[in-house]
Amino acid sequence: MYVAVKGGEKAIDNAHSLLAGQRRGDPEVPEIGVAQIQEQLRLGVDRVMAEGSLYDPELAALAVKQAWGDLVEAAFLLRAFRTTLPRLAVSLPVDTGSMRLWRRVSAAFKDLPGGQILGPTFDYTHRLLDFSLLDENQAPAETKAPAHDPPRDQAPAQTPGRVAAILEGQGLMGAEQGQEAAPDDLTRFPLSFPASRSQRLQNLARADEGFLLAMGYSTQRGFGNAHPFAGEIRMGRVSVSIVPEELGFAVDIGEVELTECEMINQFKGSKTEPPCFTRGYGLVFGRGERKAMSMALVDRALRARELGEDISAPAQDEEFVLYHSDNVEAQGFVQHLKLPHYVDFQSELVLVRSLRATAGQPEEEDS
Amino acid sequence: MSQAPQYNFAYLDEQTKRMVRRAILKAVALPGYQVPFASREMPLPYGWGTGGIQVTASILTPEDTLKVIDQGSDDTTNAVSIRRFFERTARVATTTRTSQASVIQTRHRIPEHPLTKDQILVFQVPMPEPLRFMEPRETETRAMHALEEYGVMHVKLYEDIARHGAIATSYNYPALVGGRYVMSPSPIPKFDNPKLHMSPALQLFGAGREKRIYALPPHTRVKSLDFEDHPFSVQHWDQACALCGARDTFLDEIVLDDAGRRMFVCSDSDYCGERRDNNAKAKNGPREAA
Amino acid sequence: MNFEPLLRVKDLTKFYGERPAVDRASLELWPGEVLGVVGESGSGKTTLLNMLAGRISPSQGRVLYRDEENWLDVHACPEAVRRRLARTQWGMVWQNPADGLRMNVSAGANIGERLMALGQRHYGSIRQAALSWLAKVEIPAERLDDPPLRFSGGMRQRLQIARNLVTGPRLVFMDEPTGGLDVSVQAKLLDLIRSLVTGLKLSVVMVTHDLAVARLLAQRLLVMKAGQVVESGLTDRVLDDPQHPYTQLLASSILQA
Repeated sequence: MYVAVKGGEKAIDNAHSLLAGQRRGDPEVPEIGVAQIQEQLRLGVDRVMAEGSLYDPELAALAVKQAWGDLVEAAFLLRAFRTTLPRLAVSLPVDTGSMRLWRRVSAAFKDLPGGQILGPTFDYTHRLLDFSLLDENQAPAETKAPAHDPPRDQAPAQTPGRVAAILEGQGLMGAEQGQEAAPDDLTRFPLSFPASRSQRLQNLARADEGFLLAMGYSTQRGFGNAHPFAGEIRMGRVSVSIVPEELGFAVDIGEVELTECEMINQFKGSKTEPPCFTRGYGLVFGRGERKAMSMALVDRALRARELGEDISAPAQDEEFVLYHSDNVEAQGFVQHLKLPHYVDFQSELVLVRSLRATAGQPEEEDS
Repeated sequence: MSQAPQYNFAYLDEQTKRMVRRAILKAVALPGYQVPFASREMPLPYGWGTGGIQVTASILTPEDTLKVIDQGSDDTTNAVSIRRFFERTARVATTTRTSQASVIQTRHRIPEHPLTKDQILVFQVPMPEPLRFMEPRETETRAMHALEEYGVMHVKLYEDIARHGAIATSYNYPALVGGRYVMSPSPIPKFDNPKLHMSPALQLFGAGREKRIYALPPHTRVKSLDFEDHPFSVQHWDQACALCGARDTFLDEIVLDDAGRRMFVCSDSDYCGERRDNNAKAKNGPREAA
Repeated sequence: MNFEPLLRVKDLTKFYGERPAVDRASLELWPGEVLGVVGESGSGKTTLLNMLAGRISPSQGRVLYRDEENWLDVHACPEAVRRRLARTQWGMVWQNPADGLRMNVSAGANIGERLMALGQRHYGSIRQAALSWLAKVEIPAERLDDPPLRFSGGMRQRLQIARNLVTGPRLVFMDEPTGGLDVSVQAKLLDLIRSLVTGLKLSVVMVTHDLAVARLLAQRLLVMKAGQVVESGLTDRVLDDPQHPYTQLLASSILQA
């Protein structure tokens, strides 16, 4: 005799303990510490902060541990946590012009004021697996660079000026439009089209890196090609300031590490304008150079409308890009297909069977 | 190390609840119209009911009794998960009995037991836009709703009849609300569409990922789209429920063995259980209450 | 009422940057007449057509349409009004029929869509109306349930015309309706258009670079060059006795064809 299925609660509880057990793994292997993740899996932590849209390296590292290394799941954890946080203040815009630099390069000029600073980059490593890393008891490699901070005595005056400023000074590139009103906030008002530049940049800043990478790549391969040059990439620390009401002046509340990319693109000129360079902009939490570059390519592609260009490529399609860039939304909806859909499916079964019956195809006999 | 935070009643802070309620009020004032709202990330993923959860969280009071169902059952995994979420963050009474709930959150079904004016039904909605599969652009669909340009919906129905001889939509069947807006009732089977019409209960629809809320105030006219000569009709089965004998409910198909033997059982587990209790009482004569 | 024009256009201008794509075009269109707009590519004729149809807004000038008793300023009225006009009293036939059709939906649904948009709810009648229109545009009845994806270019164009005419519009805008079709197909299509226009007493504004098409269909012509209307008048007069040097150039090129 058939008994209706019960026991969903128990099944869930068992699933959770199984997961907790497997996440811990072999008890002989030392448990990984949040601090270890924060230090030694730094780039993963940075990605989680960027897509989780919350700057807190320790919490991001915790999320990575809790998510068993799944960075998309970790970003979700961080984003959900972000929802619970009270909003205490809105900071002043950070000044990346006075960034304390780890790294600063430009592909547009061979040399420039301030020089090309390579910094800690994978760029010129040879991708050969280093088996010596399997041995955990190594003496630390000698290094001249400081372990944690860019030089603190780097006075703001010495911080190199922006490459973009050089071009602006020569009239070859328009200055960015200053934001008069407060920027739009997607977490307070949903996206609407046409999207404002601030909505777009906020959406891209928290977008899935893989998606932006693919979209940016597509612009290089002819789907909306704008001939990009990496005008400047900066990576380092900036201070964050707020203006508390009671004080009426700015107060530094700390530093965050950011990666910024300005792409320079050529714009052929339209019926109204002589040709000049246009820019795409990327900014991410932490060390996310690949993401910052992709973001700048996509930002530029999405400016097609305001620059009067033909819109033909997916990366130029505002609705397509901005609606599908958030991996928290995307993973939720894709994975929701695992949820029971048997009622809808039953509806389809009934329908298909009846259509087939009317179409004259006999049904299989039930036993 | 940060402290574990204390959560507000039903998880959302009061400011967020106010924002959601404002959206709900607008939705009730414009039956069937999709109101944009600033959906929050929730501890459950987008696509798994965050819209319904935000609506429920914004209307729950400590005196409410909550029922959560998925595919008509209280015991499917996601229903369990969502019910637990509210047990933990709101500590409201929960129930599996439709008649005892004041708020019912549902995915893909409307309860068989008729609702009353003291009840609110909250639907989880994946894709709120009924025009989406014919027109992918949001800018265009908003204009179509504003201008009542719904010809394309009937084009789809016409095509079905031309191709299959009948309308080929079996769930998420679009309906005209109050003679004005066409809405998607969420992926409930078309079997449930008639229950939307002139219901004494308030029906609220939440789409978290798509960031839309819409509503059917009590006693709203809801007409499923059709043609005069191909009128809307609901599914029916030849079989009755194998457990309670019902002939007028939505039935789940259970495959019993590799030979493909099947049986049919009410999808609404509470309704089926109630009927089975009534059957037992009728059989055994009046008994003391259990 | 009978002696009023259907369209009244004064000094219609469109700038793209410094350059006027259309420069102070003026015209009137009378009920039941076909007005041809001819010129080479780049002359501004398509831009003019799009402004008349409310699809592009002018930099200067107005387009006035006589809707029953009232004059409507096409660009000043609300979008809802424009869209309603586009679905009921106006038709728009594109050079590429795929631009004016739902390619993946059956011919019957394509024709029936406007009827359904206007609230018709009887499947059988809609299907019947679609069938009768297929006959009028000489598409075989058995293609009713086929999507235009499977039609030839000429047949797609005829379907596009049917889709536009089903609501009995008063004014149809056509952009190179026979462009891209081979000569024999063109000839048949032109015949069809001519008989429909006369039979239904349609008013038409038709853009074409092909003077032979203009000669066949249009009673009056506007000749455009570099955004300006350089000559206008009765078709036969303009083509047989052109006044403007540019028109003379154009007209002489037909004789060589």
